[in-house]
Amino acid sequence: MPSILPEGDPAPDDGRLPAHVARRVREAQSTGAPRTFSLYVHVPFCEVRCGYCDFNTYTAEDLGPGASRSSYAGTVSGELDFAAGVLAASGVPARPLETVFFGGGTPTLLPAADLVGILGRARGVFGLAPGAEVTTEANPDSVTARSLAELAAGGFTRVSFGMQSAVPHVLATLDRTHRPENVPAAVGWARDAGLEVSLDLIYGTPGESLEDWRTTVEAALALRPDHVSAYSLIVEEGTKFGSSVKRGVQADVDPDDQADKYLLAERLLAEAGYRWYEISNWALDPADEGIHRARHNMAYWRDQDWWGAGPGAHSHLAGVRFWNAKHPAAYAQRLATGVSPSVGREEPDAEARFLERVMLGVRLSEGLETSVLDVAPDGGTQARGEIAAMIAEGLLDGRAALAGRIIPTLQGRLLDDAIVRRLAGF
Amino acid sequence: MSPMAIHAPVPAATDPAVIRNFCIIAHIDHGKSTLADRMLQSTGVVQPRDMKAQYLDRMDIERERGITIKSQAVRMPWNVDGADYALNMIDTPGHVDFTYEVSRSLAACEGAILLVDAAQGIEAQTLANLYLAMENDLTIIPVLNKIDLPSAEPEKYAAEIAGLIGCDPDDVLRVSGKTGVGVEALLDRVVAEIPAPQGNTDGPARAMIFDSVYDTYRGVVTYVRVVDGRLSPREKITMMSTGATHELLEIGVSSPEPIPSKGLAVGEVGYLITGVKDVRQSKVGDTVTSAAKPATERIGGYEDPKPMVFSGLYPIDGSDYPVLRDALDKLKLNDAALVYEPETSVALGFGFRVGFLGLLHLEIIRERLEREFDLALISTAPNVVYEVTREDGQVITVTNPSEFPEGKINEVREPMASITIIVPSEFIGAVMELCQGKRGQMRGMDYLSEERVEIRYWIPLAEIIFDFFDQLKSRTKGYASLEWKTDGDQVADLVKVDILLQGEQVDAFSSITHKDNAYSYGVMMTGKLKELIPRQQYEVPIQAAIGSRIIARENIRAIRKDVLSKCYGGDISRKRKLLEKQKEGKKRMKMVGRVEVPQEAFIAALSSEGAGSETGAKK
Repeated sequence: MPSILPEGDPAPDDGRLPAHVARRVREAQSTGAPRTFSLYVHVPFCEVRCGYCDFNTYTAEDLGPGASRSSYAGTVSGELDFAAGVLAASGVPARPLETVFFGGGTPTLLPAADLVGILGRARGVFGLAPGAEVTTEANPDSVTARSLAELAAGGFTRVSFGMQSAVPHVLATLDRTHRPENVPAAVGWARDAGLEVSLDLIYGTPGESLEDWRTTVEAALALRPDHVSAYSLIVEEGTKFGSSVKRGVQADVDPDDQADKYLLAERLLAEAGYRWYEISNWALDPADEGIHRARHNMAYWRDQDWWGAGPGAHSHLAGVRFWNAKHPAAYAQRLATGVSPSVGREEPDAEARFLERVMLGVRLSEGLETSVLDVAPDGGTQARGEIAAMIAEGLLDGRAALAGRIIPTLQGRLLDDAIVRRLAGF
Repeated sequence: MSPMAIHAPVPAATDPAVIRNFCIIAHIDHGKSTLADRMLQSTGVVQPRDMKAQYLDRMDIERERGITIKSQAVRMPWNVDGADYALNMIDTPGHVDFTYEVSRSLAACEGAILLVDAAQGIEAQTLANLYLAMENDLTIIPVLNKIDLPSAEPEKYAAEIAGLIGCDPDDVLRVSGKTGVGVEALLDRVVAEIPAPQGNTDGPARAMIFDSVYDTYRGVVTYVRVVDGRLSPREKITMMSTGATHELLEIGVSSPEPIPSKGLAVGEVGYLITGVKDVRQSKVGDTVTSAAKPATERIGGYEDPKPMVFSGLYPIDGSDYPVLRDALDKLKLNDAALVYEPETSVALGFGFRVGFLGLLHLEIIRERLEREFDLALISTAPNVVYEVTREDGQVITVTNPSEFPEGKINEVREPMASITIIVPSEFIGAVMELCQGKRGQMRGMDYLSEERVEIRYWIPLAEIIFDFFDQLKSRTKGYASLEWKTDGDQVADLVKVDILLQGEQVDAFSSITHKDNAYSYGVMMTGKLKELIPRQQYEVPIQAAIGSRIIARENIRAIRKDVLSKCYGGDISRKRKLLEKQKEGKKRMKMVGRVEVPQEAFIAALSSEGAGSETGAKK
């Protein structure tokens, strides 16, 4: 997640949630559409800081008491205990975890035993739902056959490798340290361990040709992963890459080039049996059964509940969003003194919640129910006019709209933010 | 050496024989205000502890820019050889935009101090005002200022001045406003050389208004020079141009703070307060007479101020329109030359078409609006007034390119200007090249000295209101000085160039230009807009057209990717806030047809375009 925290209200030291959170969770349970509960665990360590990365991550091994690589598992496990206490004290009914996701940073820089230990604590505190999805991100260089087997044995079901590119000069521009030939090995070990495999790719890196990108996608497909994520490179302010672009020593990304590459990825992936289900995500699902999707990420897009553990991690519970202290040492210090690690909180108002629903929903192949628009300030009149216009312009799927769902077409996916703005009336 | 006056002559009871009315003619920055300050001190009307730099320049902007916009009169006592005199120093605006006001100030005087920087020599604007003064038969006292400067060349410039006004170089006084050297001798010269005013003491009162200033507390303060008869407190007075009658609530002299008096008599200079709130009721050049015993003939030379340059002024925040309207209404109280009427622009919303005396006037008004009323404004490229005769003989006055008629046109007349440029002779070629390129016709050239030459051109006014002065300065390494006055009109091959966004005309960018320049304007503006307007969901053609004929074209390609590829749990708040920010930004978008144009694009396209040429004049 981005390292810059949003502006919000201060969060209380005991982390207590407003009473309506519990009420909303209970209400949802009684309607037969319960809010699911997930856990995100942030691991803020990396071997190398990649030039494009603006995530909350650190290359030092020791960031202070409770914030070294060796003590981190204990610290973050402490937050899980704390979280359970906050939820109970706030009257939120206990729910088992549907999904768990370890992200970073590079979670696999921690010994597999540590990751398994944190998962064990989560299981103990919250419980795991039957068939729960448990994923870790991994750098192809930071796993071994043994570590992956250990993760699988400890309850992990899925691994997401940061492959990014199969082309050495592109990897070099991205500061990625792994060699392309390490990826097949890592994928093989993961398969041997019985883990589902996802590969993360980045397109539109300056200097990457369309052929380079084709090489990358084809290399990924040759490994037949269960899932592929493909992101256009975003130049973020405050990153090494961002300042190089600003100074003019590094070429900026070209949105037209990225559009071409997106279309190429869609074509190659579709031909190989992968279906898009979110702007940047494809699942191996030739028969369109909805399988192999990242259920954890789906929970985000479907506006479900999750607890985010670790420095800078964000949580969401029934319309209340809150986030932890960013620096691992500050984070650990708060936990050590019994203070909630959460430093900021916001409760978006009805208009903002509507915008969130629209912005998340139209990223998905399942789309957004048109009934969501009823809550717009004008009852959705303007948005319906825009839907008609966007069907005519080829941005929205007309048949789906007739069936009550707003789903972007391929062209619409590339202009998804424009769709959001028009649906939200600006 | 003269001492300060012992018994200062009393207003309303001063023998005209001891009155001396004079002004100072100087180029901006040649030290007029400093010299005036020094005179205030020498004559004792301002105590050293009350002294502040540029005492007479009232408004902040004047003081900061070092230029005098509104003139004022100060009465100073002075003693020469035991006799007490009353000196009235009438401060004149130094800039060509205010030529008419200068001419009225000169008409109130019998003499003028010609003040020239001893390191710079005479400049074109000074020369222009000197000619005006000599035409008014004023006695000229030539003075070189800043003789304390190491770079001063008094011998050289004394010779130049002597050559111009026909005196002996030794008659050119040398002073330093900064150190005070020569200032008292100058005051003595004023007494000795400038004639006393003459008028009919017993005739009906006639006083000429040479300035009119709005004061928040007092209403309009009118500065007059009494020519005949006298004016007294509580008397009813009549403005001869309108016949409007007011009661004289207060009458007095500035010394330099206003001091009420028992009246003003022949030859005296002072102020009147009648309680009117608008300077238009007290117009510069008008004649004030007594309502009880009115004069029959006005003092000659009155003209209504005539705006020469027009520009659209729009608030950047549309909701500021009422604030802008009120602000213009307020400024109008103090500026008889300011004219405006509401105007609507597709691109810029509601605003005003404002007429100005010149570019400096435009800039001063704009700056005052922004500073005193906290307005953020955008001004369209300034234009002049055209007379367009249609095929059917109908004549249309065009103050805004949007008024330029469609269809067949018999002729277009454009206002012309006579300009005088003074430069070191090495730049003659550069100046001629510039002026020819601006469609100027040479009217003459004279050497002021071996190194300095005066070049005269007749040139379309429209060509010099844009960036002419900047170009002149840069081509002459800053040495050129420019003076201009309007001078008739000519028939010219002029066309209106429109700018179209996806076929929709963008009114703010229409421009009337000479046919030969139309293409380059079209290419420049379409190119600029292409850079400034963000890509849209559709391809947007930008065209420049004369009527239906397209002369230049650019394309903004359709946007192909407008989506953040990543959006996970921790990104949601941030991405939503990004969208909310875009929503705010959207309010600043203007729709031209279905093209969204950020207001910043209009501002950037307009503001990089020229306004500001004459600010360089003070350098």
